[in-house]
Amino acid sequence: MSGRRILVGVKRVVDYAVKVRVKPDGSGVDTASVKMSMNPFCEIAVEEALRLKEAGKAAEVIAVSVGPKKSVDTLRVALAMGVDKAIHVSVPEKHQELQPLAIASIFKYVVGDQRPDIVILGKQSIDGDNNQTGQMLAGMLGWSQGTFASQVEIENASADVVNVTREVDGGLETVELSLPAVITCDLRLNKPRFTSLSNTMKAKKKKVETIDVSSLGIDIEPKLETLSVAEPPKRPPGIMVNNVNELIEKLRTDAKVL
Amino acid sequence: MSATTALVVGDSASQAVRSAIRAAKACVGAGKIDLLLIGKGANSGAASASKWNGVSTVYYAEGETPCTAESATPVIRERVSAKDYRYVIATANSFGKNVLPRLAGVLGVSALSDIIEVVESNVFVRPIYAGNALATVKSNDEVKVLTVRPTAFEPIEDSSEGLAEIVKVQIPADGVQSRWLGQEATENTRPDLTTADVVIAGGRGLKNKDNFKMLEEMADELGGAVGATRAAVDSGFVPNDMQVGQTGKVVAPQLYIGIGLSGAIQHLAGMKDSKTIVAINKDADAPIFQIADYGLVADLFEAVPELLQKIKELPKRAE
Repeated sequence: MSGRRILVGVKRVVDYAVKVRVKPDGSGVDTASVKMSMNPFCEIAVEEALRLKEAGKAAEVIAVSVGPKKSVDTLRVALAMGVDKAIHVSVPEKHQELQPLAIASIFKYVVGDQRPDIVILGKQSIDGDNNQTGQMLAGMLGWSQGTFASQVEIENASADVVNVTREVDGGLETVELSLPAVITCDLRLNKPRFTSLSNTMKAKKKKVETIDVSSLGIDIEPKLETLSVAEPPKRPPGIMVNNVNELIEKLRTDAKVL
Repeated sequence: MSATTALVVGDSASQAVRSAIRAAKACVGAGKIDLLLIGKGANSGAASASKWNGVSTVYYAEGETPCTAESATPVIRERVSAKDYRYVIATANSFGKNVLPRLAGVLGVSALSDIIEVVESNVFVRPIYAGNALATVKSNDEVKVLTVRPTAFEPIEDSSEGLAEIVKVQIPADGVQSRWLGQEATENTRPDLTTADVVIAGGRGLKNKDNFKMLEEMADELGGAVGATRAAVDSGFVPNDMQVGQTGKVVAPQLYIGIGLSGAIQHLAGMKDSKTIVAINKDADAPIFQIADYGLVADLFEAVPELLQKIKELPKRAE
């Protein structure tokens, strides 16, 4: 037996600390000169896969990124964190906003090719906020799914189930999943490691395998057409009050909420 | 040609699912809306949902536990193929977010998450980038799979004319790949955070778990719920299900009071549609003040007890 393989997805997105601006022509959000980073939930996915490997519960961790050329930068971060292998599914620049259905279809192909036992993805990317890809992929593959995971437990390297604790509306719930499975990470699953400068340097020399999406015969044309992107309505400016009495007065007489 | 019909799915007959019915109405116009409730309590849920306005048939699949996505998906899929629905709609809560994209994957169609407006029968508005932009999106899929932000749609009211038909459906036992083991439910005697009229939210400035009691007391006084920032949850002050924000819960109460929280973009994403926003923070530069209707720069440990006391002393409003 070759040991368990874990596939993780990583996406390059506008850094979480950037406040994005909508383009004046309403065609989208200006991403031209803003800081880009690995999607925070994807970092958590990479970290979880690495921890499972370090605990002897997986043999290999493969990172996959789907997107234009620059996605390789994000794969290099995953390599610096410690993944064994990086695959870039290269998409033409004009397609940089692939929709979850296309991404899930591409992942389905990569899963067929790489034969992982577990796929770990972030629960959502902080640009599109879709929170769909993991669930769609699990549906397409007919695999079990453990979404919004805050804890992942596998008894040992040959166990055929994984227990996932999920963050749900009323608290936490635990499900037992038969492998293979797709897991999506929530914020409190782990705290991703920092990458050292030397690992970052080494990662630059590592090989990234490239697959051209056009060679896969997968339909990546968007099924959802974005007609326009607008700024949310602005709130009227508020006022500063000087003390609690003034606050109570305003809430009672102006806002009428007390 | 059959009329446009929608199937709304949910795990309980909650206010948030009533909101999904409202959204479904906006999609189908005069078309028919059916409801499918799945999991533990679906049977009793079906009885109350049969009173809802605009619902034709309530299907229910009773289970011994809350239903996993792996079991719920085939139940929904079977309904969709039997009735040829043009829409499958759920609330964007932990059930809808878990199950609907899986269904979309099985059906091979797109899904639209967290819609806040139905512009036309195939055009929807949804927030992206933590609500810093709103995308207007047209769906060309034959079956439109949507999750709905409950705070954006008024819950549907009860009907004055008769009850919907109630029909039992089965959860298939075969091919189940996952098993529900248990839950740690947070004890909560307050209104549901996502539908409460008043939300008192706290951040790291509260310093510890005990200090959140002040917020709880204020919430109880005002009949509201308590929320928190990610920082407060990560610090262990309160459980995870109290997190308000981009990846937590979205609230839009009549009154939101943010205490000892700076207002990170990710938190603002979850509360900026609140009707009246109050912020109390000792840092005058905290971003929360930029969206607050009323800001008070003060030490929360002095201002909050005083505010609480004065709220208690207020004469009740004559309704």
